Amino acid sequence: MTAWLSPAAFEVLVAMLQALAILLGAVLLGAILTVVERRLLGLWQDRHGPNRVGPGGSLQLVADMLKIFFKEDWIPPFADRGPFVLAPAIAMASLLLSFLIIPLTPSWGVADWHIGLLFFLAMAGINVYAVLLGGWSSGNKYALLGAMRASAQTLSYEVFMGLALMGVVAMAGSFNLREIVAAQQGLWFIVPQFFGFATFLIAGIAVTHRHPFDQPEAEQELADGYHIEYAGMKFGMFFIGEYIGMVLVSALIVTLFLGGWQGPWLPPWLWFALKTLVFVLLFILLRAALPRPRYDAVMGFGWRVCLPLTLINLLVTGAVILLVAPP
Amino acid sequence: MPVASPQNDPAVEALERRFGPEVFTAQATLTGIPVLWVARARLLEALELLRELPQPYAMLFDLSAVDERLREHREGLPAADFTVFYQLLSVAGNRDLMLKVALEAGALELPSAVGLFPNAAWYEREVWDMFGIRFTGHPHLTRILMPPTWEGHPLRKDHAARATEIGPYTLTVEGQRHEQEALRFEPEAWGMAREREGAEFMFLNLGPNHPSAHGAFRIVLQLDGEEIVDCVPDIGYHHRGAEKMAERQTWHSFIPYTDRIDYTGGVMNNLPYVLAVEKLAGIEVPDRVATIRVMMAELFRISSHLLFLGTYFQDLGAMSPVFYTFTDRQKAYEVIEAITGFRMHPAWYRIGGVAQDLPRGWDGLMQGFVDWMPPRLDEYERTMMDNAIVRERTRDVAAFDAEAALAWGVTGPNLRATGLDFDLRKRRPYSGYDRFDFEVALGERGDAFDRGRVRIEEMRQSLRILQQCIDHMPAGDHKADHPLTTPPPRERMLEHIETLITHFLQVSWGPVLPPGEALTLVEATKGINGYYLTSDGGATSYRTRIRTPSFPHLQQIPALMRGGFVPDLIAHLGSIDFVMADVDR
Repeated sequence: MTAWLSPAAFEVLVAMLQALAILLGAVLLGAILTVVERRLLGLWQDRHGPNRVGPGGSLQLVADMLKIFFKEDWIPPFADRGPFVLAPAIAMASLLLSFLIIPLTPSWGVADWHIGLLFFLAMAGINVYAVLLGGWSSGNKYALLGAMRASAQTLSYEVFMGLALMGVVAMAGSFNLREIVAAQQGLWFIVPQFFGFATFLIAGIAVTHRHPFDQPEAEQELADGYHIEYAGMKFGMFFIGEYIGMVLVSALIVTLFLGGWQGPWLPPWLWFALKTLVFVLLFILLRAALPRPRYDAVMGFGWRVCLPLTLINLLVTGAVILLVAPP
Repeated sequence: MPVASPQNDPAVEALERRFGPEVFTAQATLTGIPVLWVARARLLEALELLRELPQPYAMLFDLSAVDERLREHREGLPAADFTVFYQLLSVAGNRDLMLKVALEAGALELPSAVGLFPNAAWYEREVWDMFGIRFTGHPHLTRILMPPTWEGHPLRKDHAARATEIGPYTLTVEGQRHEQEALRFEPEAWGMAREREGAEFMFLNLGPNHPSAHGAFRIVLQLDGEEIVDCVPDIGYHHRGAEKMAERQTWHSFIPYTDRIDYTGGVMNNLPYVLAVEKLAGIEVPDRVATIRVMMAELFRISSHLLFLGTYFQDLGAMSPVFYTFTDRQKAYEVIEAITGFRMHPAWYRIGGVAQDLPRGWDGLMQGFVDWMPPRLDEYERTMMDNAIVRERTRDVAAFDAEAALAWGVTGPNLRATGLDFDLRKRRPYSGYDRFDFEVALGERGDAFDRGRVRIEEMRQSLRILQQCIDHMPAGDHKADHPLTTPPPRERMLEHIETLITHFLQVSWGPVLPPGEALTLVEATKGINGYYLTSDGGATSYRTRIRTPSFPHLQQIPALMRGGFVPDLIAHLGSIDFVMADVDR
């Protein structure tokens, strides 16, 4: 062993490789999901879905990638160039960065921060700017309406998204995700924090603009909303960003409410992957199954149902903690 | 059935009592309704009187014109270069009445009826567009179907009918800029403000290319946030001049054009046309023909309603149902294909019959479809109509009552969704509908939800009719034994020289129909579809007026959407069930 490869440097190297693997894994997963979603929708809708490229459609992803990479990178002349280019980068980066804090297994994970959850909430907050800037700078009325909807919806839903998690934080006594996973050793938080789980799931769908909370893009109304003027890889970044968001929210739910990698018999990474997959599939199933509520009903639901529910949940959690184990 | 002779019609008596018999000239026609010529000065008074009768003529069913300048057979009619006709419909009395006004070429002007019937606005614009007849007092008399830059009035007899009759078309950059500029929306032209209390309105151009516009339909929205302050529908992007083509095609060769009017209705479009032609020709079709026609028309009604249902849910944001209803439509098309040889546009009805007899084994195929559908319909009702989000999106959205429906000329399932029981298949049975046992599906509130529900129930009733067709298909010929049946039965073609000549003439030249006017209304997929044919004793029609249901349905949108939200507009557009070909013709 050479002198520079000290155990400390080796550790750094491993951490860097892990981080790189997780980054690539997240992006690839997002890309693969675009095809998985189409095949699953096809299955549920009595049709085939994309099955022409490669055996059983397995190379569809390659074809899509080739196509989108070689598409003309067009910026409309009436768009505001700076923010227009920046927006898709924010959309993808803010969500990718959130993967920093997620511990995949006892040994895998990028960062082990004590501010863990707060970092995710901050990134989710920044993610709004992607939609807002993209919609505003496109110089298109549909995009503007989409951006307006997106900002109003995300603001409303982020209020209680944070609150929904505070019960978990209170029970675990930490914002650190590894400690939260550790705190679920005996009982997963989905049981004591069921309302927190339900509201966080709803808020998670809303924050990723997935159906039925896809108001900002609402194809039937706004003809794709905030990214209507985007083409080529810039659109691709919004598009993949949405799927990365799905994976992120699913992984967070698993970490916060379903005991993360914990589980008998199977190796931890498999448990984590399986649990995450269930929620990703749930996202896709929701899209296949539900109509879209009206925009004001979505807002009303957030403020009138979810927000009070999270507040009550937080109060009860606090009271129970004080009763059972006063500090 | 409406009473054919004008003598004992209470409305005609009321008109003559009020204005004196000398004001009117009765015209004998094959339309089955009283046709009265009235002096221009008396027109609005007469229309108003008819609207106020105890059994009111509350609906302006149709309004259009005829260029009379080349017409030869006008015996006993007032001298006229142009005729404008107003067809009124009374639901209470189940009668129609037509008023005609004669106009001379030097004075092509009439008072506008918009004050009496709000839906006259678009019809009068169409008459201006097509014939160049002005309506004084009209709030916005501009072209409606043709581009704003068009020169001439296409349905005049001296206007070219084909591109080869005019110079080659060129589009320069300057010309393109001019055309595009002409389409720019100017709110001031519609009396709209650009701002309110210092806040600017957004004018949003929805269409002519938009995922929920169901074709090339443009509607300009005046928005305050997402609230629709006002809106202006703009049609004509799908206009193909079907009425003008009818004046060039033979009576027989126009049939395929009718398929493409309501392109989801298939042979349903053939039905009113061939029925009207048969009235002119005096053909009575055998029972088997009438029953086959009913069966195929009802099959297309189901197919059209399935398309409606899928896109209706799609517009509400549910992406899956449209694939299920398309699976069902495919089952319907398999039957249609086996029987007619085509799918969407079979053009399968003929003057005096249908193209072929039913193939062997048709009943088994049809039975398969009739058995397939009911559980599917139950499932749509359970999964979608009972869905809380669907209800929230459609309940009380774009609701109107029967009175408003009649004032705007709304017919078909949209009218019955208001609870008004008016179905021509029951009220004025044609093609043997009186022999079938079925019920009329009715709604209660006239909102977007009821419009969806009524159509699901209509499909169930159509399935009942199909079952009766399978069980009781009459024996007999698939063509009438009549000299004007076109084409004549082929098996008799080679019997002797007379039949050969008749066959040759009717296939090459086309049948020559006696002069006269005939009118047929049918309960089509989207509402009442009417063909008003004028024959001048030739191999082609002198004037073919196609009254389609979607045209007035779209005209009503602004009256319903003021104060609504953009998603409500989308829900309403989905619930109307229109295709632009049916609007623009």
